[in-house]
Amino acid sequence: MKILVCISHVLDTTAKISFTDGGKSYDKNNIQFIISPYEELALTRALELKEAGEGTITVINVGEAETEPTLRKALAMGADDAIRVNANPTDAMFVAKQIAEVVKQENYDIIFTGKESIDYNGGQVGEMVAEMLDIPSITSVSHIDLNGNTADLQREMDGGYEKVSCDFPFVASGQKGIAPEARIPAMRGIMMARKKPLKVIEAVEANLATEVKNHTLPEPKGACVMIEPDNAKELIRLLHEEAKAL
Amino acid sequence: MSVLVYTENWDGKFKKLSFELVSYANEIAKMYGTNLVTLSIGDVSDDEIKTLGKYGASKVINVNDAKFNTLSSQAYAKVISQVADKESANVLVFANTYTARAVAPRVAVRMEAGLVPGVVALPTVTEPMLVTKKAYSGKAFADVEVASTNKILTLNQNSFKLIEAEADVTIETFTPEVSDADFKAKSVEIQKASDKLDVVDAEILVSGGRGLKSAERIAVIDEMAAAIGPNCTTACTKPVSDLDWRPHYEHVGQTGKVVAPNLYFALGISGAIQHLAGINSSKIIVAVNTDKDAPIFEAADYGIIGDAFEVIPKLIEAIKEL
Ligand SMILES: Cc1cc2nc3c(=O)[nH]c(=O)nc-3n(C[C@H](O)[C@H](O)[C@H](O)COP(=O)(O)OP(=O)(O)OC[C@H]3O[C@@H](n4cnc5c(N)ncnc54)[C@H](O)[C@@H]3O)c2cc1C
Ligand SMILES: Nc1ncnc2c1ncn2[C@@H]1O[C@H](COP(=O)(O)O)[C@@H](O)[C@H]1O
Repeated sequence: MKILVCISHVLDTTAKISFTDGGKSYDKNNIQFIISPYEELALTRALELKEAGEGTITVINVGEAETEPTLRKALAMGADDAIRVNANPTDAMFVAKQIAEVVKQENYDIIFTGKESIDYNGGQVGEMVAEMLDIPSITSVSHIDLNGNTADLQREMDGGYEKVSCDFPFVASGQKGIAPEARIPAMRGIMMARKKPLKVIEAVEANLATEVKNHTLPEPKGACVMIEPDNAKELIRLLHEEAKAL
Repeated sequence: MSVLVYTENWDGKFKKLSFELVSYANEIAKMYGTNLVTLSIGDVSDDEIKTLGKYGASKVINVNDAKFNTLSSQAYAKVISQVADKESANVLVFANTYTARAVAPRVAVRMEAGLVPGVVALPTVTEPMLVTKKAYSGKAFADVEVASTNKILTLNQNSFKLIEAEADVTIETFTPEVSDADFKAKSVEIQKASDKLDVVDAEILVSGGRGLKSAERIAVIDEMAAAIGPNCTTACTKPVSDLDWRPHYEHVGQTGKVVAPNLYFALGISGAIQHLAGINSSKIIVAVNTDKDAPIFEAADYGIIGDAFEVIPKLIEAIKEL
């Protein structure tokens, strides 16, 4: 079994962000980069599936050289090899095209993405890859088990869950639940990761359909109106009469 | 050209977000000086479809075939792009739901369209389109330009107001061309999370954190939500759902659901950045916490420093007196 896990390289969830370059990009100084949390969970589940049977796990990122430590971390978690498509990942369609090209040549059984990257929050790349390859995609997967050449999945939907069964190949986007906790690389894994293959390939041409022109930060909140604990009635009055929210 | 809006249904019914969506799409059609076409897929009665007319849907295309009763994203993407083609639509609008996340990117590939997911306002420029979306898990907004001829937007819930625009609805049925190969992912079973109002649909949320101590004691949030009324439901933080004090479909935040209610009560919640990522679009946030330095007070509009178990009964009493 061959599994591909698509990894986005994002700023740490707790980072405070500010923008430079006329609002176009964020200031990368003093920022920690991580594997986006949903992909970390999907990769963890992929590793468990491989360990229960056999196969290989490849991780892929579309990004510039700065993303290699993130790919090495995925290798330290247990992936077998890594691919970096050397390009600035500005648009989901562009990123999807790059990944689809790699899949066409390598024929993976399962392609995992995260539910969304935590920077752009698009949740688009995986489904775009699936459409480019004309294969099924199951979105927001909170559970997956294998059963021969079929997978039994559970996906979250508005107001509930759906159990889905699907033959290989398919794309699945992982979310909370797919693995209980992300795997933490062990020292041995970190040592081994240095020697695992990380292949760099050049991007294929693709049109850019969207471009971020500017970022803004939300308006700062006014000061919090503090109310005495004994005066709960006043809070409800304010919510009712002033804020008109109750 | 035209603007095409896909209105999802839940067991044959539309929700408030469907009406927000049609209002939004109708305003976009006006901006482009063109007409609005609405698409409904699945089993929805004509009477229910006509409710969309109140928000400007005049022409509704209805694809009603049992094979679309469950979601196959491959098949839905074909249906939507066939309708877009037939109606010469080059701006498509979806609500940013699980369904849209499964389908809109596939439609974007089929139509070579630029897709902007999670928009929060009308475009400020029409050609090339410039539109604002949330980014960095709610920590910022991004203004995105769409240069392609075809454009797709998915609208965040509770970010656009309802605009009434009485229209006479004409319903047209459409039979799309799909094949068995489009249904490779097979639906085996659907499980409803519960019959309770979903956190994303509630106008008011009463949310509890680890400060509410235990599964038994945190149940005060049920009492408070019930006192507020049917537009209100309960929510919680990640550790609370991890500990099984509350069902995990109530978990809001970066890894849970993203909500945007009019009013959010954060009770015994510290206000970690990953929690705020799920609630920072709430119109009003109220915090009750024993720790005056808890970060939740920086995000809150109203705050009480105090023991939630003493404050909540007083809040309930005052609510009942309204
Ligand atoms: C990658 C990642 C993703 C995450 N995603 C999410 C997410 O989606 N959602 C989420 O919620 N968290 C998420 N977290 C966890 C987050 O970082 C916090 O740990 C979590 O939000 C804290 O939950 P809490 O406020 O319930 O608990 P705590 O941080 O323990 O806070 C409890 C609060 O209750 C107060 N308190 C105690 N007793 C009382 C009392 N009697 N009355 C009033 N107040 C009292 C305390 O002062 C304290 O402020 C994520 C973390 C990571 C690393
Ligand atoms: N630059 C990238 N390289 C590899 N995978 C990516 C990249 N960007 C996004 N992805 C994958 O696509 C998913 C959805 O990303 P997005 O559409 O940006 O929200 C992520 O969870 C990743 O799994």
